[in-house]
Amino acid sequence: MDIHEFIKQLAEQFDDTDPSEIKPDTKFQELEDWSSLTAMGIIAFVKTIYGKEITGLEIRSCSTVADLFRIVSNK
Amino acid sequence: MAYIKGISYWLPEKIESVSKLVEEFPEWDAEKIIRKVGVSSRHIAGKNETAGDLAEKAARKLFAEYAISPREIDFVMLCTQSPDYFLPSTACLLQHRLGIPTTAGAFDYDLGCSGCIYGLALAKGLISSGTANNVLLLTAETYSKYLHHSDKSNRSIFGDGAAACLISAEGEAEIGNFVLGTDGKGAEYLIVRSGAARMREKTGYATTDEEGHTKHDDYLYMNGGAIFNFTLDAVPKMRQQVLQKNCMEANEIDLYVFHQANKFMLDTLRKVCVIDKDRFYVDLSTTGNTVSSSVFIALKECMDTKRIQKGMNVMIAGFGVGLSWGGTILKF
Repeated sequence: MDIHEFIKQLAEQFDDTDPSEIKPDTKFQELEDWSSLTAMGIIAFVKTIYGKEITGLEIRSCSTVADLFRIVSNK
Repeated sequence: MAYIKGISYWLPEKIESVSKLVEEFPEWDAEKIIRKVGVSSRHIAGKNETAGDLAEKAARKLFAEYAISPREIDFVMLCTQSPDYFLPSTACLLQHRLGIPTTAGAFDYDLGCSGCIYGLALAKGLISSGTANNVLLLTAETYSKYLHHSDKSNRSIFGDGAAACLISAEGEAEIGNFVLGTDGKGAEYLIVRSGAARMREKTGYATTDEEGHTKHDDYLYMNGGAIFNFTLDAVPKMRQQVLQKNCMEANEIDLYVFHQANKFMLDTLRKVCVIDKDRFYVDLSTTGNTVSSSVFIALKECMDTKRIQKGMNVMIAGFGVGLSWGGTILKF
């Protein structure tokens, strides 16, 4: 798994956040644009692009983008 | 062989728009909700208006639109998770209220978003076995009564409504072979816990779930992430199984009418299944997710607007609470 590709996918889930703002150390749940629908978007792309299943709890447990990438990579 | 002979639906008079939600929850962006969820307004049942009342109105509309006499009906089934009483079956009350002969069979069955498909499967069985000739299949739901006023996520999605469908040995659309499925392991993901036998009294208890949503015993709870994962697993597989069971190829399907859960979920499912936009119906903008009625409402709209025409093959599918799912093909 490539973190840059992952970040590209993640950035697409945010409507009003510039993709350049999404970096490995970004606390993505603190972005103004974050909502429960963004979490649904993450569940969807993790499932459809990577064929893996991530839960709402796992997403909530992540602080940074790197944390999220690590959880998905290790599945 | 069994056919759909007619479909009608009825929505309660009261309409609640997204702007009402934005008034209550000013941090919400109406335009974003409409874009993602696909719902700009929903119909809400009145305080004393039950699923049984909505089903009666849908049935009367069906009788009027298709010049059907209630005397012709020899079986009534009602799909609802909001029955008028614990007992008797609301379908029994409706037999009487609608003037359907006492020689007709009647029962309720308790399913949600897969209910339309299960009802068609049951009706086809009744027709094929010679048990009934004209089955009145009713679907009616008033989920709004199960929603906590602070539950903006579900309030932005679910709308109340009812549909009526007549199934006979001849008609407009031949009902194909069915694929059905169940996974009760996921029962907790979409549930109203109190009020029935397991937890008779309301508890007033609430906790916070893994996605940060409040989880009340006494109101509808949905684990959106879990339901979303289930749908993305079950529906693409079911689509293939429905094709196989009907000996058809994907290119023979002219239109897919899936349960209108919400726009975001449907868009994702469409991409996963690799289906063109013009062959995939998405419109719940003025109804919201009407649970067991959504497929019938969508079919009716498609028939009225000629999006469905004679000769077309339409795949229909329902999926949700249970967890439960089902699909079939309608040959118009």
